[in-house]
Amino acid sequence: MYETNYHRAGSVSEAASLMAKADDGKFLAGGQTLIPTMKQRLAAPSDLIDLGQIAELQGITEAGGSLRIGAGTKHADVAGSALVQRLIPGLAKLAGGIGDPHVRHMGTIGGSVANNDPAADYPSAVMALGATVHTSSRDIAAEDYFTGMFDTALEENEIITAISFPVPEKSAYAKYPNPASRYAMAGVFVARFKDGSVRVAATGAGQNGVFRIPAMEAALSANWSADAVASINVQADDMLSDIHGSADYRANLVTVMAKRAVAAA
Amino acid sequence: MAKVSMTVNGKKVSADVEDRTLLVHYLREAQGLTGTHVGCDTSQCGACVVHVNGKAVKSCTMLAAQAGGATVTTIEGLANGADLHPVQAAFREHHGLQCGFCTPGMIMAAVDMIERHGANLDEATIRHELEGNICRCTGYHNIVKAIKAAADQMASMRTAAE
Repeated sequence: MYETNYHRAGSVSEAASLMAKADDGKFLAGGQTLIPTMKQRLAAPSDLIDLGQIAELQGITEAGGSLRIGAGTKHADVAGSALVQRLIPGLAKLAGGIGDPHVRHMGTIGGSVANNDPAADYPSAVMALGATVHTSSRDIAAEDYFTGMFDTALEENEIITAISFPVPEKSAYAKYPNPASRYAMAGVFVARFKDGSVRVAATGAGQNGVFRIPAMEAALSANWSADAVASINVQADDMLSDIHGSADYRANLVTVMAKRAVAAA
Repeated sequence: MAKVSMTVNGKKVSADVEDRTLLVHYLREAQGLTGTHVGCDTSQCGACVVHVNGKAVKSCTMLAAQAGGATVTTIEGLANGADLHPVQAAFREHHGLQCGFCTPGMIMAAVDMIERHGANLDEATIRHELEGNICRCTGYHNIVKAIKAAADQMASMRTAAE
């Protein structure tokens, strides 16, 4: 790891002002991606602004048909929250399947969504539930937030403060983890809302990160069953292809995971 | 450089270290606690697992500065004098180690998992929970047996105490 300067922020506004003073700073949430990246010298921020001790980024609350999760909430706390388990069990299960127990004790929802790794789990839930990303300066709809692989609508000094998930009637997440890294090779989040509308989003598979699957959404709103999506395939041309799996394989996995998610919801 | 202070195994410690110092290096080099190991250095193997504020974390994936002010427990802090912690004793009894390199991380992960699951710890859960710990000797079978035995024993100790 190259040298860096560590700063611990006590509030979101202090974090923003520390960042403004930094030459080439980065926000440090749980660090479960950033620290390994720095160890490999693939990132070399001059300054790290630690968001880990900011009280206003913590906590899970229910308000007006929505579940609001503070950006600093750890994966283990989302997975173990009785409120999340009751309102959006699919989201609790997703959080409990990220990385391993030790990673889940450090990694945060805000960090994951800010990083937008194409194989991260959370983006699928943010997209499929039509969540709102709250930041230090505005609210961003899921639709407008994800702008490509490792790319988001966040400005340089903008900090995610919380994410609000509309509570669905039913939801579930199914992923096929890479056997070694445990990152999703395809993960599909399905959600059905009280008004009958359905949203489906896939992570791990697409070249541009998380994406919705309108054909599956239409089929599932007419007939909520695994059979309804069994013959719907995504375009292999848009899928990732690497040593872990070809684009065709990933395209097939998306359909299989969608079926499993619907069956589990 | 900055002074980083924390409580390690019940003792207040501090040291001047570079900001980029990882917790595992702070423990091993600044505090001389070499029981915590660096295995893969890529956040995968779990040989470096310690408890920070009661939660198992990978000390190679955390800066020492992030743990400033925290309470840290390492493998050296588990035994009560000459009496091994029940998980340590179970690893010995059930041959839960071969070369021993992964053992500190395995034991710290096991203690954390038993605290979270209590007496409900079955074999499938143990294997799933060990996702973040790699044994290069592939000696998982006896590690799982040791953790199950320790969990059962700790549950009965807890019942006896009630």
